[in-house]
Amino acid sequence: MASAVAVSGLTKRYGDLVAVDGVDFTVGTGEVFGFLGPNGAGKSTTIKMLCTLVDPTAGSATVAGFDVVRQRDDVRRNIGLVFQDPTLDQYLTAEQNLRMHAELYGMPRAAIRERMQQVLEMVGLAERATARVATYSGGMKRRLEIARGLLHAPRVLFLDEPTVGLDPQTRSSIWRYITELRQREDITIFLTTHYMDEAEYCDRIAIMDRGHIVVMDTPEALKASVGKDRVQFTTDDDETARAALQERFGIESSIAEHQVTFAVASGEEFVPRLFAELGVPIRSVSVSRPSLDDVFMSYTGTTIRDAEAAGPNQFMRAMANRVR
Amino acid sequence: MATIAETIPAWSAPARRLGLRHDVRSVRVVWQREMIRFSRDRLRIITSLIQPVLFLFVLGTGLSTITRGSSQNVNLRTFMYPGALSMAVLFTAMFSAASIVWDREFGFLREMLVAPISRWSIVVGKCCGGATTATLQGVLILAMAGIVGVPYSPVLFLVVFLELLLLAFTLTAFGVMLAARITQIQAFMAINQMLLMPLFFLSGALFPLGNLPAWLQVTTRLDPLTYAVDPVRRAVFAHLHASPAVIARLNPGVTWNGWRVPTALELLIVAAMGVLFLGVAILEFRKAD
Repeated sequence: MASAVAVSGLTKRYGDLVAVDGVDFTVGTGEVFGFLGPNGAGKSTTIKMLCTLVDPTAGSATVAGFDVVRQRDDVRRNIGLVFQDPTLDQYLTAEQNLRMHAELYGMPRAAIRERMQQVLEMVGLAERATARVATYSGGMKRRLEIARGLLHAPRVLFLDEPTVGLDPQTRSSIWRYITELRQREDITIFLTTHYMDEAEYCDRIAIMDRGHIVVMDTPEALKASVGKDRVQFTTDDDETARAALQERFGIESSIAEHQVTFAVASGEEFVPRLFAELGVPIRSVSVSRPSLDDVFMSYTGTTIRDAEAAGPNQFMRAMANRVR
Repeated sequence: MATIAETIPAWSAPARRLGLRHDVRSVRVVWQREMIRFSRDRLRIITSLIQPVLFLFVLGTGLSTITRGSSQNVNLRTFMYPGALSMAVLFTAMFSAASIVWDREFGFLREMLVAPISRWSIVVGKCCGGATTATLQGVLILAMAGIVGVPYSPVLFLVVFLELLLLAFTLTAFGVMLAARITQIQAFMAINQMLLMPLFFLSGALFPLGNLPAWLQVTTRLDPLTYAVDPVRRAVFAHLHASPAVIARLNPGVTWNGWRVPTALELLIVAAMGVLFLGVAILEFRKAD
């Protein structure tokens, strides 16, 4: 399988801040590859380097077989982009937006009309094609952006947080388009998300944290690698409870989202022992099968939400992302 | 709703390199977008007319009561007419350039910046778009010629039209150059306000540039707009029927140390500045991500 994206030692520094720290990975043709991580983990910076928007400080990357620094225009011609923030001209109609895109990407005139119709039908906007984008809802705008990203038949489609800020219903409809898209054998989809449930749609996921790729595999393999159930409980004195857990059962735990959390082989059977032997009154308890949240937790030692709420360093990263 | 399987593309991305022809095509599409947006924005067309019309008819008529008789059959409004034309172009051109800041704030600029096109084609397309809209705005004022006693002469109109086009291009390039660095629309508007009025007041749009005190003599000659207003005024005065004395007083032209700068040189100065601003703007956009 030829690789649609091949990255080695890719690094981006902003002054003292290392946003992306020597990442390596490849994405196969036709794959749906997800970058998962909290805001400020370096996902957007990586995607910007792959899209030739930002020059890497070190390392190299090829997209669709072209080098992102030396063959910038070739890369650009062969990729579609859907950004976190909208980039449509609201004063123009959907059709005018698409037509402009077609011209900027040098599509043959004869092919434009038919192709425009195709992508508009695909995202269910054919009837609204002549309406101004300003009259569109948030979900429609995002769908139009996806249609535009596909218009010039790119080989790799980059989706940077494609569903952020959308309501659950719209999010699921966006995902329906993306999963339909993968039926097309010649397109590779590279996306970033910080929604764990959305990562399930990917063929492979790379979990990114603080500029590094922590782990990379299929969602199933990642969940299997955690292998254990997650038990979470609350007490009046979490620190004492953690110490007791360590002492009586030899189990390492952590506190996340105000709950003591740990992983154990068969959670349901363990709960009665927990109540009997912990010695600290328990107020509530829950047991769950491994999810990608647990995968994230087990590889980074924190939940994705806590990681986002974390210290000044993370905040600076998020700001750096915003500024650039 | 059709599935993707049914809508597999009829063509795939071309393997060929996109050359100069593609850049020219990009210039055109950027220009076209400006045209579509301009034609949609009727309010802007009207509001941009208000200021020149105020200067021309309110200020021009009001002040002419002081100077009545002294100018014989050339009304103050007639004198200020080239200034009003330049003003219409000035304000519209700067407003067009502001659309780059606007595009940046609303994300559309990025759609252009990530496209496989040369950066210069975005800048040139924007400048051509701004120049066209600003000139069209000037043409609306041009249509009022009769009201201020300027004859509807085809030759005069053609000359003035071309002069306004040149001015509009230079001013838009100037605005785009500023817009390349400024990321907030408020900041851009503030800088605009700070620059526009001095440029306009010192350009000879409102008073003749002969017999000025030394400091004003110098500053008016440093204002680039001066070299755009004067050719328009010369063209207009060439079509008026007035005594040579009046013409000499109201249309003394731009002099450097007593030497009257010829129209061709004035236009060359404006064009050279346009090219300079355009070049700087392109360099700035090359750096931007």
